[in-house]
Amino acid sequence: MHARIVIIGGGTAGTLTANRLHRLYGDRARITVVDRDDRHVYQPGLLFVPFGLADPKRLVRSRRAQLRPGIHFRLGEVAHIETGEDRVHLDSGDALPYDVLVLATGASLLPDETEGLTGAGWEQRVFTFYTLDGSIALRDALDSFDGGRLVVNMIDLPVKCPVAPLEFCFLADWHFRRRGMRDRVQINYVTSLDGAFTKPTCNRELSGLLAAKGIEVTTEFNTGQVDGAAGRINSWDDRQVAFDLLVTIPLHGGSQLIARSPGLGDEIGFVAVDRATLQSGAAPNVFAIGDATNVPTSKAGSVAHFEGETLVANIQRFLRGRELEASFDGHTNCFIETGFHKALLIDFNYETEPVPGVFPEPHVGPLPLLRESRLNHLGKLAFEWIYWHLLLPGHAMPGISAQMQLAGKELDATTITRSTR
Amino acid sequence: MTTTLLDTPVERDPEGFFVHAEQWTEAMAREIASECGIAELTDRHWQVITYMRTTYLETGTAPSIRTLGKASGVPIKELYQLFPKGPAKLAAKIAGIPKPRGCI
Repeated sequence: MHARIVIIGGGTAGTLTANRLHRLYGDRARITVVDRDDRHVYQPGLLFVPFGLADPKRLVRSRRAQLRPGIHFRLGEVAHIETGEDRVHLDSGDALPYDVLVLATGASLLPDETEGLTGAGWEQRVFTFYTLDGSIALRDALDSFDGGRLVVNMIDLPVKCPVAPLEFCFLADWHFRRRGMRDRVQINYVTSLDGAFTKPTCNRELSGLLAAKGIEVTTEFNTGQVDGAAGRINSWDDRQVAFDLLVTIPLHGGSQLIARSPGLGDEIGFVAVDRATLQSGAAPNVFAIGDATNVPTSKAGSVAHFEGETLVANIQRFLRGRELEASFDGHTNCFIETGFHKALLIDFNYETEPVPGVFPEPHVGPLPLLRESRLNHLGKLAFEWIYWHLLLPGHAMPGISAQMQLAGKELDATTITRSTR
Repeated sequence: MTTTLLDTPVERDPEGFFVHAEQWTEAMAREIASECGIAELTDRHWQVITYMRTTYLETGTAPSIRTLGKASGVPIKELYQLFPKGPAKLAAKIAGIPKPRGCI
């Protein structure tokens, strides 16, 4: 068999899928990855750039170079997908026929969806660190910031790495303390959620840390408009928060390509898939992985990694005409930097919220869950090497299974919720 | 906890959200709305309530305020007039579906 597998997107999810499939099939499948450019950004590094803790040049590598020899890399813009005829149409006029299509098209930032956000003050006193250019511009702005109101605004979920805005607050607190000017800076975290985090146990832990560091939290604030000239964000229910420097996390949506291809996406352009098999509802030979999907868990590299195992097994099953396995459980694993060379680690899935315990080995660890530690910070730093050398090549992590493990977690009845379906 | 609504026992969480969407009736919606300070449910209210229930029953997830603004046919500004303070939560409560959970 020479199955034609087309993967759209050469980011974290697309790259690890291509490499896993190639290791499985070798030359027995023709695997093509399509992307519009050859710049793969290590996105977890963007958080550190504004504080001078990461060199922006080191965060970018070639997409092509992350793919195993034998995988075809195609530079080009995808015009649209015709699931009825199993073809991807490129802007160049070429068409790529496929037996299996994988959508790894990620999430897009939509700053223009919020009135005024990219108007007066954009990239002068209004910034985002969710792009490489944005994080560099914010670094320069923080360098010349001489005090005042720093507002970090998470406009609405879903966003990539939902803990990153909190990490930004923690690192900003540390940054201004090191510079001896913390008493001249007010930090306010403004969120659409009713707490710092959606899951109760983790919310309590993070709220305590925010309070201890003197970071104010404004909840249930649905930003309707940004007034950069006046230095104010306004909510739909007519509340205001004033700022001197605004760090915004713009609304996210799926790729424009999904919106151009009828039947694939939900209302905001994420690919509608079965949350356990990752198969699209639009066609049985279409799958999605990573930030591109609408599955109800975090948009994070660890999720793409854990999904990879399910996806590759299901592509193999599909090509053999077998029933798919419903094995993806929503497993997510995130380090949360808290400054001062410390970090928290959380590990959860669709049903189990983040709780204290140890990871990855039950009763042994060595990493503590939901508690600040230096070891977790070292884990976060080590993750950069792991990302390029284990995660993107599509290797399993030693000792870490794709399905979340209950062993090693301090659980009670309230921390596991009934599945919603 | 089990509470009584219009002489019918229903399971609601401490904030008043239904635990089982199938226990809900349209008459209960009017009752919950008045508990929450909405004297009358207009056609525009019902448009949102129906969209909420349909989406929840089809996908297992309650729509966010942003999705409501895009897909329910009622713009966000008007949603805040119809369901003051927090339209996504209040409409979910009246529509008899569990409390919307942000996904992280």
